[in-house]
Amino acid sequence: MSHAGTIDHHHDATTATGIPNKKLFMWAFLASDCMFFGALISTHLIYRLHPPPGSPSPRQIFSIELTSFSTFILLMSSLLMALAVNAIQKNYLTSTRHNLLGTIFFGLIFLGCQVYEFTHFVHEKGLTLSNSLFGSTFYTLTGTHGCHVAIGVLWLILTYIRSFKPAGADAGRPWLAGAFFHFFIFALTIVAGMATVLSGVHAHLAREPFREFISHNLLAVGTTIVGLAILTYLGRSRGAVEFGEANAIDVESMGLYWHFVDIVWIVIFTAVYLLEYL
Amino acid sequence: MDTTAHAPLITQEEPVAAKRPWLFTRPTAKTGLVSWLTTVDHKRVGLLYGFSALFFFLVGGVEALFIRIQLAVPNNTFLQHQTYNELFTMHATTMIFLAVMPLSAAFFNYIMPLQIGARDVAFPRLNGFAFWVFLAGAIILNVGWFIKSGAPDSGWFGYAPLTSNAYSNQFAGDISTDLWVMGLQILGVSSVIGSLNFIVTIINLRAPGMTMMRLPVFTWMTLITAFLIILSFPAITIALVELMMDRNFATNFFEVSNGGLPILWQHLFWVFGHPEVYILILPAMGIISEILPTFSRKPLFGYPIVVFSGACIGFLGFGVWSHHMFTTGMGTVATAAFSLMTMAIAVPTGVKIFNWIGTLWGGHLQMRTPMMFALGFIWMFMMGGFSGIMHSAAPADSQQQDSYFVVAHFHYVLIGGSVFGLLAGIHYWFPLVFGRKVSEFWGKLSFWVVFIGFNTTFFPMHFLGLNGTAVYDGNMGWNTPNFIATIGAFILGIGIAIYFAVMIYTYFKGQKAGRDPWDARTLEWAIPNPPPEYNFAVTPSVHARDAFWHEKHNREEALTAKAATAHSASAHGGIHMPSQSWFPILTAGGMLIGSLFLANHNYIGAICGGGLTFLGAYLWALEGPGGYHMHPEPEANGKDSPAKH
Repeated sequence: MSHAGTIDHHHDATTATGIPNKKLFMWAFLASDCMFFGALISTHLIYRLHPPPGSPSPRQIFSIELTSFSTFILLMSSLLMALAVNAIQKNYLTSTRHNLLGTIFFGLIFLGCQVYEFTHFVHEKGLTLSNSLFGSTFYTLTGTHGCHVAIGVLWLILTYIRSFKPAGADAGRPWLAGAFFHFFIFALTIVAGMATVLSGVHAHLAREPFREFISHNLLAVGTTIVGLAILTYLGRSRGAVEFGEANAIDVESMGLYWHFVDIVWIVIFTAVYLLEYL
Repeated sequence: MDTTAHAPLITQEEPVAAKRPWLFTRPTAKTGLVSWLTTVDHKRVGLLYGFSALFFFLVGGVEALFIRIQLAVPNNTFLQHQTYNELFTMHATTMIFLAVMPLSAAFFNYIMPLQIGARDVAFPRLNGFAFWVFLAGAIILNVGWFIKSGAPDSGWFGYAPLTSNAYSNQFAGDISTDLWVMGLQILGVSSVIGSLNFIVTIINLRAPGMTMMRLPVFTWMTLITAFLIILSFPAITIALVELMMDRNFATNFFEVSNGGLPILWQHLFWVFGHPEVYILILPAMGIISEILPTFSRKPLFGYPIVVFSGACIGFLGFGVWSHHMFTTGMGTVATAAFSLMTMAIAVPTGVKIFNWIGTLWGGHLQMRTPMMFALGFIWMFMMGGFSGIMHSAAPADSQQQDSYFVVAHFHYVLIGGSVFGLLAGIHYWFPLVFGRKVSEFWGKLSFWVVFIGFNTTFFPMHFLGLNGTAVYDGNMGWNTPNFIATIGAFILGIGIAIYFAVMIYTYFKGQKAGRDPWDARTLEWAIPNPPPEYNFAVTPSVHARDAFWHEKHNREEALTAKAATAHSASAHGGIHMPSQSWFPILTAGGMLIGSLFLANHNYIGAICGGGLTFLGAYLWALEGPGGYHMHPEPEANGKDSPAKH
């Protein structure tokens, strides 16, 4: 960027307050989202205080080790997100992309753990949305948070793909097609990768030999490997791009959202999980 | 006004724009259907909100007349039970969510950016999106009239368990309650997005010198209302999510047989519902605070106090919701606490009324039509306030609960308050928006007919309520007052009809209004009417509260400052305008399709609608903000001066 280093990331001279519009918008939205999660968490806690007879015991259902692990991963993803914001503010494009990918990866681990947790609870522990009040509040609350994480991951992926848009005005149409292809491969690889890991875990628990695991899940494993290869190819540096220090505010707004979703998880982890072990 | 003199020269910012993919070609039409569908101009979005709101105001009014006909005489057979339930549910839902809120949003959109000296809102495309999402929600709520399911029928408050599958489904596949859930959910999205935009606009887009304590009071009330919306709507969003989960996925949130507590719905609903009544009244209070000083020829009395009591009402508004639930057996401590809070919130409201009286006191009052509605507002809103403060005493409230007394109370604050304020605002800003002035005779006639009709309808309800008439029940022997109320409703209807007939006549044939016809105080009057697309040819610089008044009385300084700003702006490439876009309406269309399928329990369709929404939003992001520059010819100094009329 020609004007690298001249952008003041803490003051926007075009606004009355000096706060960039996008940042202010995101803060106001997060205030709204606080109330959103506040209402859901309150619902959970109210019904925790008034359990109907025959309610399941959460301690018998939870596997706190797994959830603690995924909580740790989600918190670490916030670190990577902060590094990505820092990198783009200094116009380090490669570092930004790597940290975005890291954040996406950690977010996906968290989501994978949640998918595993939900399937495990439904099939092994018999906790469903409708068979108990605890199931209703637990799945709705943690599921809504999961949706927030998923939206965050989607946003990160779209920003990552956008960072490859070439500079110059003549590149619009072919780049757009390429971006959709890039996104499609990303989505495919994530779904296949998650399927691979989940069936890998099940195979491990069932002590299935590795060779059998591969042959049972050839499609998922193959798609994952091919997808990763294509993503690596698409992720190479290709000449000058539009994305740069001027986009730091976009990454920062996304970062605010991501950190907020993490903080909400800390509250949910405490109120839903840890509270049961007091 | 001679428009050709101001014909702007439009230059595209990027000469290479033609090379953009066709998908991202920005529409440039300035007139015709496309220009409205793709508009990002806050004034056009405001008009769209206004016209839709007035349409639904008439729909809600007709629904009310049907209800009053049914209640005119005992054991009337005018309406079926089912139709009656649908009408009273939809009357309230329509009036609150589709008439008063969007009419306030119309003023926020049109007037607020002009008052702070801005050229548009902070996120112009998002503003258009908020309107199209609103329209989608309105369609979903009303689509029931045209299908077998019928319209929603479980009350505007949708108390559990009336909304559960067991009670609200007349027959398999009755989706009226699902339509209500999705409709309100979508309207909530629209309100929150619109409000986030207004918050950023007011905080960040103020003209140089427009400090927070120089903001016009209407802009302040917009800001407070926007905060109330973003903080209270999540509660009903979650309540509706839980209800939707109950209805679609068999969860147990409000399912009593599995331990669900219907009282939770009431709490979540009123945590939203009580701030909502301040969302309805604060914009009207803001409008009144603009009109009274203008027609009293005095500054607003106690400006900081009016602003702070508005903010105070906003804060306290979150702590009084349980006064809607005094009869539910919350326990003495909770009841006493909410009683006290409710009494406390009357204080800042009373302070405002005294400030308005202080503004009138010793003023040189000009009894124009907007002033008539504004004075009507003060009196009628006070009446509603008096019956409101009576409800704050829990023992008295337990007698008044669900009676006509409550109906009288909230119609006094909603019609006598909000609607009078909004009708005053329409009269006040009509010359600015359309460049024509409403005839004083017809304006005042409509005021008096509305005023008399309104009081004839709702004043008898105080007595009916205290005598024991329950809400929604006219067959208990109090025939005469009920009949009078019905007569009053028709007078009110005629008054509203005169009001709008006069408006439509004025729009086409009315007397042309010059610039600043009321000799007003705020910046929106500094520009020609109807306002040009770019609002201010030169961004105003503000030196005092009542900025335009100050400018009119310090002409030399104002002109020098203006010339300097104009010079530097022109050196920076002229006026930057946002480009129009197709994606707001496309994204909202995706939400409409998805929600209709979701209400129909068709999840494949819902996912497709969600996909369309996502695609619209992504293309919207890729399209970029766009924009072009305009160089309006500077107005001649002579024309620029607010001529005396």
